[in-house]
Amino acid sequence: MVAVSVSQRIGSDDQLARLLQIGIVLEEVVEARAHHHYRGVDAELDAEIEALLADAAEESADHRERLESLIAGLGVDSVPFDEIESLVDARYGRTKPEDFDGILYDQLCNEETAYKFYDDLVEAIEASDAEFSVDRERLLETLRTIREEEAEGVSEVTEVMERR
Amino acid sequence: MNTADQYLKTIYVVQEQEDGPASTGSIADALDVSPASANEMIGKLEERGLAEHEKYKGVRLTDDGIIRARDALQTYCIIERFLANVLGVEEFREEARELEAVIDDTVADRLDTIIDRQPECPDCFDPETDACACLEVAMAPVESE
Repeated sequence: MVAVSVSQRIGSDDQLARLLQIGIVLEEVVEARAHHHYRGVDAELDAEIEALLADAAEESADHRERLESLIAGLGVDSVPFDEIESLVDARYGRTKPEDFDGILYDQLCNEETAYKFYDDLVEAIEASDAEFSVDRERLLETLRTIREEEAEGVSEVTEVMERR
Repeated sequence: MNTADQYLKTIYVVQEQEDGPASTGSIADALDVSPASANEMIGKLEERGLAEHEKYKGVRLTDDGIIRARDALQTYCIIERFLANVLGVEEFREEARELEAVIDDTVADRLDTIIDRQPECPDCFDPETDACACLEVAMAPVESE
């Protein structure tokens, strides 16, 4: 077994870029899954869930663009959306929710996972004294804003789930 | 993955390799920490009922410890497989070790929905290569350090 460094924090542009790429993939997974659910929901039967999913997909696309702009500043390529979408397509059948409750729960997992990811990332950057090629304040501000929007997403889905 | 989970994963792999209790020295070597640090964390794991220390022999995980260690190992396998197969990272072992502390289990579970992990995971983990034995990498295999 190879030695590891315990609780290593983000110390370079490369590590930061990789984590931002993971963020982009997470957003792409959220977007693609929300689209799948969206297509599967009968709009006349459930306008509320349809609107929730449409908003979620739109918000993920927006987050993805903001992350892409950050990693462009680090001189690193983004992640090809088409490939991720085909991976989601290929695996979706095995992991898709069974009903409306399942769709809402999956959406809650999406929002909670994204929140946790950005929360850990912000904490790791704050704990690091590394200098990055992108402006540190812009980086943290972008990630904190996205984190806040994910927290709002968790509240929205929870509210719908509690009401139903 | 938090520090405790990194220790549990390491103790599990060492005790499987040695087919018996893991010595503090082996654990410290594998984690690249001092034996004193390893002892301190092992003490905490004992307090939480996740590990048992046998004098002059080493550490053995309890049943609860094994469950958590296997979850942690699975999370690690997801990160490696994701880096190698989705992002096409050549140095996926090194990067997985660097990133595991920042990637939470819930995040790994979501990444798991787009990778093709085998049902036998994490029993397919090979400590010699520090990677999943079923992992098919598109590029030439990276030599283990």
